[in-house]
Amino acid sequence: MKVTFWGTRGSLASAGPETVRYGGNTACVQVTGSDGTCIVLDAGTGIRRLGAALSRDLTRVDILLTHLHMDHIQGLGFFDPLFRPGLEVHIWGPPSATQDLRTRLSRYLSPPLFPIRLRDADSDVHFHNAPDVPVSIGGLEVCGAEIVHPGPTVGYRVRDGAATFAYLSDHEPALTGDLDRRDGTRWTSGADIAAGVDLLVHDVQYSPDERAERIGWGHSSSLEAAAFARLVGARRLAAFHHDPGHDDAAVDRIVAETAAAVPEIGVFGAREGETVHL
Amino acid sequence: MAQEPIELILFRQLSSSLAIPVFLVDANGDLAYLNEAAEQLLGVRLDEIDEMPFAEWTTAFTARNEGGHGTDVDSLPLVRAIRDRRPAHGPLTITGGDGVERRIEITAFPLEGGRGRFIGAVAMFWETAADA
Repeated sequence: MKVTFWGTRGSLASAGPETVRYGGNTACVQVTGSDGTCIVLDAGTGIRRLGAALSRDLTRVDILLTHLHMDHIQGLGFFDPLFRPGLEVHIWGPPSATQDLRTRLSRYLSPPLFPIRLRDADSDVHFHNAPDVPVSIGGLEVCGAEIVHPGPTVGYRVRDGAATFAYLSDHEPALTGDLDRRDGTRWTSGADIAAGVDLLVHDVQYSPDERAERIGWGHSSSLEAAAFARLVGARRLAAFHHDPGHDDAAVDRIVAETAAAVPEIGVFGAREGETVHL
Repeated sequence: MAQEPIELILFRQLSSSLAIPVFLVDANGDLAYLNEAAEQLLGVRLDEIDEMPFAEWTTAFTARNEGGHGTDVDSLPLVRAIRDRRPAHGPLTITGGDGVERRIEITAFPLEGGRGRFIGAVAMFWETAADA
């Protein structure tokens, strides 16, 4: 299984010379299974370049949305494969008690916010609630679970053979209690889907000082993400959802803080264009 | 022990900060959590009881109705919230684990998650004055 980062920024795209190493595009991660299955996690602005890079021989692509905040869906209308006749595009997202996924996405993908309507896409588009039990997408096994973030939000766990990967792009588990707890993970948001994964991609938006002023905004600090990774037994941790106000040097500092807190875990900052092999 | 559903986790966290006594059960009706105010009212400590299945808590506090008669389990507000999936309210007299008798009012309601799944139920207690 290969995990490729096409967008690592949170909240707002932030292109510029000061963000060139970690990248300025918002959340988009491609997972390629050992059998060639392709799934896309989130449709932030990074998905535009991914769409241009996908093979035209592809017959199906699955886009798994964690939630519908703009930084996770803004690229969807610029995803070229959405306009390829004959291609099956399956869009998965968090369930809502009131409106289906298509209706909620159409609030953005329609005038006056967007010139093209979702129904005008040339591909064969299907909508699904994020699975809460493991399902097979090609050769990959995918499972979602609701996690703590404002509004309906899910995290995903992906398995390919023995390799496991979890994606919790926007997550504030500290709101559910002490992450250094010794009484197990029964009361910790996201614990089951992230348990023991080879790679955990997790929200590390803030320094501890910034986080103290933004409690309830839905994101984690370096130390909280580190504590969560330790609690669930992740082997590697990719710091993700970099704050748009952080230049590369600031992200370097936050990644270093995270790594220092959990020396037993391989910590790195997710960079646009980087591929991790599992 | 497996992770609880996020809705239950969040409600537990909220309850832990409330002065109102809160008794939280999971989808099976088993006790999942009670906050400090509920511990005081019921005369039990969560750390000491470890777990309390449905069959145990429904009979543990010797609930009596306003006439002083023993209350049928099915008429307890929390049991009605679990079984009927609707809010329920009612007065009771209970005897806590500390042997103290208290008159209380209970409001109970079910928790349904975003997928429409029954997650559990909540009971909130108000102690009423003895001469009320």
